Amino acid sequence: MGEFKVHRVRFFNYIPSGIRCVAYNNQSNRLAVSRTDGTVEIYNLSANYFQEKVGCEDGSVKLFQITPDKIQFERNFDRQKSRILSLCWHPSGTHVAAGSIDYISVFDVKSGSAVHKMLVDRQYMGVSKRKCIIWGVAFLSDGTVISVDSAGKVQFWDSATGTLVKNHLIANADVQSIAVSDQEDSFVVGTAEGTVFHFQLVSVTSNSSEKQWVRTKPFQHHTHDVRAVAHSPTALISGGTDTHLVIRPLMEKVEVKNYDAALRKITFPHRRLISCSKKRQLLLFQFTHHLELWRLGSTVATGKNGDTLPLSRNADHLLHLKTKGPENIICSCISPCGSWIAYSTTSRFFLYRLNYEHDNISLQRVSKMPAFLRSALQILFSEDSTKLFVASNQGSLHVIRLLEGSFKHLHTFQPQSGTVESMCLLAVSPDGNWLASSGTSAGVHVYNIKHLKLHCTVPSYNFPVTALAIAPNTNNLVIAHSDQQVFEYSIPDKQYTEWSRTIQKQGFHYLWLQRDTPITHISFHPKRPMHILLHDAYMFCIIDKSLPLPNDKTLLYNPLPPTKESDVIRRRTAHAFKISKIYKPLLFMDLLDERTLVAVERPLDDIIAQLPPPIKKKKFGT
Amino acid sequence: MAALEEGFTLSAVPLGAGPHGLLGVEQSDKADQFLVTDGGRTVILYKVSDQKPLGSWSVKQGQIITCPAVCNFQTGEYIVVHDNKVLRIWSNEDVNLDKVFKATLSAEIYRIHSIQGAEPLVLFKEGAVRGLEALLAEPQQKIETVISDEEVIKWTKIFMVFKHPVLIFITEKHGNYFAYIQKFNSHTLSKYTLVLGQEEKSVIQSFTASVDRKFISLMSLSSDGCIYETLVPIHPSDPEKDQRVVRSLLLKTVVSDDARNGVALTVLDQDHVAVLGPPLPSSKECISIWNTKFQTLQTSKELSQGTSGQLWYYGENLFVLHGKFLMVIPYKCEVSSLAGALGKLKHSQDPGTQTVPHFVNWETSRGHRLGSQNSEQSKRILRRRKTEVNVQNPASKQLLSAIKKDSEKHIEEELCKFLAIKPTPDFNTIIGDIVSELLGRHKAEPSFYPRNSLMQLIQTHVLSHSLCPGLMEAALEKADVQVLQLCLQQFPDIPETVTCACLKIFLSISDGSLQEAEINMESVSDYSDSVQEEKMEEQTEVLHNGFNAEEENCGNCDRELNKKPQDAAEETMSCPVIPKRAALLNAILHSAYSEMFLLPHLKDIPAQHVTLFLQYLYFLYLKCSENATMTLPGLHPPTLNQIMDWICLLLDANFTVVVMIPEAKSLLLSLYKFVKSQICICSELNKIEVSFRELQKLNQEKNNRELYSIEVLEL
Repeated sequence: MGEFKVHRVRFFNYIPSGIRCVAYNNQSNRLAVSRTDGTVEIYNLSANYFQEKVGCEDGSVKLFQITPDKIQFERNFDRQKSRILSLCWHPSGTHVAAGSIDYISVFDVKSGSAVHKMLVDRQYMGVSKRKCIIWGVAFLSDGTVISVDSAGKVQFWDSATGTLVKNHLIANADVQSIAVSDQEDSFVVGTAEGTVFHFQLVSVTSNSSEKQWVRTKPFQHHTHDVRAVAHSPTALISGGTDTHLVIRPLMEKVEVKNYDAALRKITFPHRRLISCSKKRQLLLFQFTHHLELWRLGSTVATGKNGDTLPLSRNADHLLHLKTKGPENIICSCISPCGSWIAYSTTSRFFLYRLNYEHDNISLQRVSKMPAFLRSALQILFSEDSTKLFVASNQGSLHVIRLLEGSFKHLHTFQPQSGTVESMCLLAVSPDGNWLASSGTSAGVHVYNIKHLKLHCTVPSYNFPVTALAIAPNTNNLVIAHSDQQVFEYSIPDKQYTEWSRTIQKQGFHYLWLQRDTPITHISFHPKRPMHILLHDAYMFCIIDKSLPLPNDKTLLYNPLPPTKESDVIRRRTAHAFKISKIYKPLLFMDLLDERTLVAVERPLDDIIAQLPPPIKKKKFGT
Repeated sequence: MAALEEGFTLSAVPLGAGPHGLLGVEQSDKADQFLVTDGGRTVILYKVSDQKPLGSWSVKQGQIITCPAVCNFQTGEYIVVHDNKVLRIWSNEDVNLDKVFKATLSAEIYRIHSIQGAEPLVLFKEGAVRGLEALLAEPQQKIETVISDEEVIKWTKIFMVFKHPVLIFITEKHGNYFAYIQKFNSHTLSKYTLVLGQEEKSVIQSFTASVDRKFISLMSLSSDGCIYETLVPIHPSDPEKDQRVVRSLLLKTVVSDDARNGVALTVLDQDHVAVLGPPLPSSKECISIWNTKFQTLQTSKELSQGTSGQLWYYGENLFVLHGKFLMVIPYKCEVSSLAGALGKLKHSQDPGTQTVPHFVNWETSRGHRLGSQNSEQSKRILRRRKTEVNVQNPASKQLLSAIKKDSEKHIEEELCKFLAIKPTPDFNTIIGDIVSELLGRHKAEPSFYPRNSLMQLIQTHVLSHSLCPGLMEAALEKADVQVLQLCLQQFPDIPETVTCACLKIFLSISDGSLQEAEINMESVSDYSDSVQEEKMEEQTEVLHNGFNAEEENCGNCDRELNKKPQDAAEETMSCPVIPKRAALLNAILHSAYSEMFLLPHLKDIPAQHVTLFLQYLYFLYLKCSENATMTLPGLHPPTLNQIMDWICLLLDANFTVVVMIPEAKSLLLSLYKFVKSQICICSELNKIEVSFRELQKLNQEKNNRELYSIEVLEL
């Protein structure tokens, strides 16, 4: 399908933040993950573990300390000498267990007095450690309190008598987190060594009613501290300093052995952090608190497949733009012409004008942004860089005309009546006539920019949209969903295209459907209208709509056949999906011009190298 | 756990209305499609999952189909016989059977067999078999008569054995049954007479068979309601001779013994059979699944509208004519797990099937019936096959009676004869019985100790300690190290007490009596002459950065050792025990044990024996460490792990004693030194590890490509 020069970019120095806390909601089957930089991510576990929303509350690092003073408004609990690091309510709400340093207190909620104070042994493998920090407590309905502490212990206490019932020494390092299943028959703990242990309540003998807690399974999916764990009915969820979110299905709870039974490890965000100016060959990288602008290098050499070409000019770091204030950056964008940069934090919107004079760049902030542009979820420039589209978090879409150094508010598309869903994905047609926007669930809206009115709404689909794009000339809207389905919808005809219907009828290749990262970007080849380029974190794919679709028997991932094969064989084995897995983990890929691609990779090793060193474990003589 | 799922009716058309009932259900070349031949004039092709017919063909009025239609798997065509002699071959596209290919043969056909991977075979009523191709080439060829007059084919089946078809058919003549096996790779026909045994009066009502490499296991359901099994060898020792095969009881009273018709049997897999028929005299007909291995009823399903007494099984489906309609009952046998048995796994149960838990009561199964006293299920009395088999196997019977009175020599001869016979499935139970009989006699008259016979029996590899607990006891009593060594090598389940008792004997027995014993020496090689070719360079002292750390830490013990370096060197060279004792001790080292149960018994070993054993173990360790792979020479030597584990065990159990014995002092010191050096190595390794990691990191960085490059990619 052609030969490309690929700008292989590895200088995007992105480090995902460590996971601080995870919470699972059974009703909605969603998972909330908070990171150390203050972001909160919501994952929809029903929709192929897709990351639906990202929000930043105040952008600050918060250590969740709950002291008795903070719940003062309800009742003043007996004052404790040291701070409280963990809390758990009894399911009936009558008692609270609080983990502190060296002891656990049980409070009676009515009286506010401490019923029991259970001292935790400081001894650790015979050596007295200075302090024993209770990192987590769980209160079961039968009155059992389970504590995990910095001495590597999991302890069971009887809250009625205040006595230690059972002690499991499970780690040489801190046990940092605990989560109990709703049925209270199993719980999970995470240690600073990166191990997650599963405990289960099992019968002592096969048919006796007497049950006891037994440590059943250890899992080692992390290299660093497991700071947070959660227990869904079918899986153990853990996250920590090494920034991976791991969802480990419990095989005995999985009814059908399908792809849901596979381990999920989510490392990269399911959204774009990179935008690109094709005209000037610029890349804009979004970090938590700053933006970086890079210019790609160039070469005059040519070569054959696999060659690395000598650079005539290396890539330049042009700009480092720091945000003002503590807030995190939510979204950012550079205009196709490279003259505008816009970004938004939780409460402010910023627009900059860039001027290029030979090698010098000057940056000028556009002041007096209107009040309604307070915070944006997504920003997009039109292809000719004359218009700016902003999706606000209230669900409205603002259209702004950009003039030399100033702007004019053209129109605001108000959210559809009855919906409050905010739009988080935008796409504009290259001719500037159409704008498509999508939220997480309720379909894709297509607006006519010329007449400033809603053109049509693509029917909503069960799974959230992960990427959107409008093809040049045909104005076909290509939509990728989290269940790996791809639709093509003709905007002028207001219907799905013939090709889309064909592939829906035949179905995607099973290996295509089994990929576990969502498609995050779609683009088109300016000269080849039959091609669609899309990528996820581990592959990029060119779909050639003119070729036959692969069925489950054909090889989906079909590397370049040797040139000595005859054309007949090549043609026979060719199918519509041309996949390359050379670049991974792939955070961004786009077509700069007909023969040039840009790929932004973020090797995992580079991330690991920048994390704090993990707890050292002895390899020999253990 | 085997289970029957909810069945469904296949046909909307009543079947089996004709005088001949339903002729057959046969597989077609497509999975899920089956040819159903109705007794009258019709052949219907059904797609089971859709529950609908795909095609239907009938012969002309006046003609009658006499043999079920089959599919030729090689061509995909269908073949049917009408009026006994006329073959019709047609394909899916044909509409009218009258216009399709026709061949009239010279003899009457009993059945056409078709199986994947072979051409269809035609079995004639006179017992001759022909390939379809050869037959079609010359339809009027003469067909020979194989079976005698008045002999009638009752049942037939075809198997693929090593890619060649093997056909079995059963004939009957005046109440006697014969089995014929026709092999097509060698074109041999062997004939067997089925010996019915005690139940000679019963009439066989249904047959089924399965095949393994050597035998066809022929099961028959007799009119007494019991299932019998007959093993018919596929490769007969003497094909010319008329041979007899005995049948043995497999399951007792699976159907009511007064059920005269409407009973059928089919084998489902290795351990399961399906039985059709009324379980009790008064009850309705049932289809039930029995596990032949555990002799348990797995599940059953009532068929209230009656059946035709015919049962077919293909793939996962059982076909049965229920009332007037063909019913398909899917059968599933999932792998059962311990977790499943304990109730940890969920099992969805169909409301339509009732599962009757049925366990063998071993107490009552020894012959006497508890018949009527209990509920419905207990009427299906189960008996262990063993008792019947014992009676029926003449060689073992003879041997058992010989054991009771004859001399050791005679018993040996009888045993040789018995062992020369081809092993039957009940071989190990019989061997167990023989051993217990021998030991029983030994107990009664202590002078009787048939050692050679016992050794021969142990070497059959089928015995275990639990099968004959008295055997090792007797050998221990007699201090028969030879038998004990054999037992240690062969038995997988020796309790730790017995292992320890063996060890005591092995350590205490005098060298003199050992010399007489014949002991298997393969685990011992002559250590002294194994000249160390790959001997590791011996380094006595390690200098850490120029100074000797050991001198400061353990000056005393080193001096103790250094005092007599000559002694130590000598000690390492010679084995502390004679080779025969070493072989016995190696058998102990190889045996399986659980630390918890072994430790208390090790405490009872006298101190000097502990020291001796420790010395031997230490000697083995030194031998191990002489070569780079840390293994001992020889055929089946103890491994380093086994040696180390036993050293630890012995020291754990007897530490206080060993510390007190002066002879053990130098040994303990060398062990101490060894452990210390191990700790030293580990800590050094841990130190080096950091450096290695740094090196690895450097290496990685070098391999890492530049942060930015422009590459060419062709898609």
